Amino acid sequence: MTEKKTPQMDELENGKWPSFVTEIKKAAVKNPAAEELLQLLEKSYEDKIGHWKHGGIVGVRGYGGGVIGRYTDVPEEFPHLAEFHTMRLSAPSAWFYNTKTLRRICDIWEKHGSGLTNFHGSTGDIIMLGMNTEHIQPAFDDFSEAGIDLGGSGSCLRSPSCCVGPARCQNACYDTLEACYNITNEYQDELHRPMWPYKFKFKFSGCANDCTASIARSDCSVIGTWRDSIIIDQEAVKQYAAEGMNIQERVCDKCPTRALKFNHDTKELAVIAEDCSRCMHCINVMPKAVKPGKEKGATILLGGKSTIVQSAFMSWVIVPFMKMENEDDYAEFKDMMARIWEWWDENGKTRERIGETVYRLGMGRFLREVGLPPVPQMVFRPRANPYVFWQKDEIIE
Amino acid sequence: MAKLDQGPINYKDMLPPIIAENYGQWQYHEIPRPGLLKHVAESGAELYSVRVGSPRLVSLDFVREICDIADTFCDGYLRFTSRNNVEFLVSDPTKVEPLIAELEAKGFPVGGTGAALGNIVHTQGWVHCHTPATDASGVVKAVMDDLFEYFGSMKLPSKLRVGLACCLNMCGAAHCSDLAIVGVHRTVPRINHEKIRKGTEIPSLVASCPTGAIRPDPKNKSVIVHEEKCMYCGNCYTMAPGMEIMDAKNDGCAILVGGKVSNARTNPSFSRMVIPFLPNNPPRWPEVTAAVRNIVETWIVNGRKGERLGEWIERIGWEKFFTLTGIPFSDKLIDDYIFSRETFRTSATFKY
Repeated sequence: MTEKKTPQMDELENGKWPSFVTEIKKAAVKNPAAEELLQLLEKSYEDKIGHWKHGGIVGVRGYGGGVIGRYTDVPEEFPHLAEFHTMRLSAPSAWFYNTKTLRRICDIWEKHGSGLTNFHGSTGDIIMLGMNTEHIQPAFDDFSEAGIDLGGSGSCLRSPSCCVGPARCQNACYDTLEACYNITNEYQDELHRPMWPYKFKFKFSGCANDCTASIARSDCSVIGTWRDSIIIDQEAVKQYAAEGMNIQERVCDKCPTRALKFNHDTKELAVIAEDCSRCMHCINVMPKAVKPGKEKGATILLGGKSTIVQSAFMSWVIVPFMKMENEDDYAEFKDMMARIWEWWDENGKTRERIGETVYRLGMGRFLREVGLPPVPQMVFRPRANPYVFWQKDEIIE
Repeated sequence: MAKLDQGPINYKDMLPPIIAENYGQWQYHEIPRPGLLKHVAESGAELYSVRVGSPRLVSLDFVREICDIADTFCDGYLRFTSRNNVEFLVSDPTKVEPLIAELEAKGFPVGGTGAALGNIVHTQGWVHCHTPATDASGVVKAVMDDLFEYFGSMKLPSKLRVGLACCLNMCGAAHCSDLAIVGVHRTVPRINHEKIRKGTEIPSLVASCPTGAIRPDPKNKSVIVHEEKCMYCGNCYTMAPGMEIMDAKNDGCAILVGGKVSNARTNPSFSRMVIPFLPNNPPRWPEVTAAVRNIVETWIVNGRKGERLGEWIERIGWEKFFTLTGIPFSDKLIDDYIFSRETFRTSATFKY
């Protein structure tokens, strides 16, 4: 294989955790760009800086995004990395695959690219890592033929993602896979043709455990919840007690609202329903005995993002409860999104995430202008200052 | 002509029959051993999921190998988790043990369930990113090798979610992890005036600075950096290649701890900085791995069962955290960016 020495890369093949270096070396057997990638990375390890330049505009016909240009800053030394672009592929809900589809992806990528891939990128796309410009359109044509579409890049809707949901989890309060699939299909234009102030992400989590980290990582977080009381199976509670679980300590004492009482004599668990904040703790510890209530839906939160630019934001509640069961419910959700995006388009600055726009202009104004009713569930506690923007119609002429 | 806008692969075609049959009907799950989940449906059907770690950056050989395994043991179905693990979905219980044996023989680490260290969500780093302050895959490999035993066992106080972002763009969204490793720059951008003049939108570049440190310089058709205002976030470099910020001698990693996204027991929370800088020392980043191990081991000794890293720290108090870990506290850990005020103590109820 390579004649050039890569001692630091070789060191990263030691140890028990699977090595990405071994993976690059496997690809390097078949592909000179992958071989050069290993050497370029060795160079970065020596120089302690990255050797990739900013992307130029590359793409496929009909789309504004989905391909990210990547060029090395040392093309003379690494000619196969002079162009080493990324293609994002839209993944199935909850990342379920059959091997036929995965093999098809492998065959196409072997033909057009470096043979390296991420399963998956941070946003949830399959990342095809490293191809030159002339292969972009043919690769896309082949993927398209195989029924595989591009994900998003640039100032667009990024590929939504969801947790494993009802496919394999007893806690899912709505069908995250179907919601993600339905809503992603609705917004193909927004996903493929960047036209917004900046990126926008949806993540769908079936319960407040939030396995997609939607509250931290998406501009709009859809988190499953219920509105009535948790359901307790007393026989199962007794079973846990008989098996030696210290229910008082592990469940009741850790309930953040002290809503649970364990009767040591009868071995029964009781809930003060109005005190429960639906945090999921008891359900997580005693999955056989405690379940979410029957009136299920989702909490919609807005504005989540990480550090750049105005610091990290956690999504905040804009609708405490919305049904997410059928097409009519999705229609209500989409209708709300249309108003929110129109407002952001109107008011957002370039490269300003929606949370930053709302923060800059005020949550009150945002709610008024998109027509969302203010409710106490939106705040931990009300404001501590009396500086209020009164509206004209609230003032006596 | 390629078909446009056909949307994601339909998940319904990707579900194993046992999942299609019991969709939305799951009753509970157990963890019979580390790395193995057993889900039981109302119908009585039992689904076993064997979870293995992956390096995320993989070759097609890797993908084909897991396909072979899934064909042999799982009727050709598998899935990936939100933390880049592979899950083999088994409907025939007699195949579980042979599958695990095969995976272990082939070097796939089985684990990442329950009170374990999960796979580290991370970014591209020096492998493929244009703004990194550190590598990603290499640091992750070094940390996972060092803490390997906690992936395949469940002996931590609670689950441990580690994230790595190779710069403050935070594509890995490490900001709400139990423990975050974040690539940081420490020097102001070096302006390449020629590059700025050639193709940079000056107003966008000026607007990209969160602290107002960049001013237009109309005479030069370029910009000026007000150095004392710059916090090295690198956003200007993302906007303008002429604002070079990578610095081999001064880039490195910060460590943040105590974040989480789950609502269970306590609210979702941001990770908080406890170590402002550690040097980039490839290939093994010994300072980073030692710092991570120290924090994890102090938590193991002092945390209560079921207590996430951040919940433990909030219980004992941050002042005690610094005493127990021996991590020095400095002015760098007191916020001087926006929203800092909420982090200052406004009570007389603290610990020593």
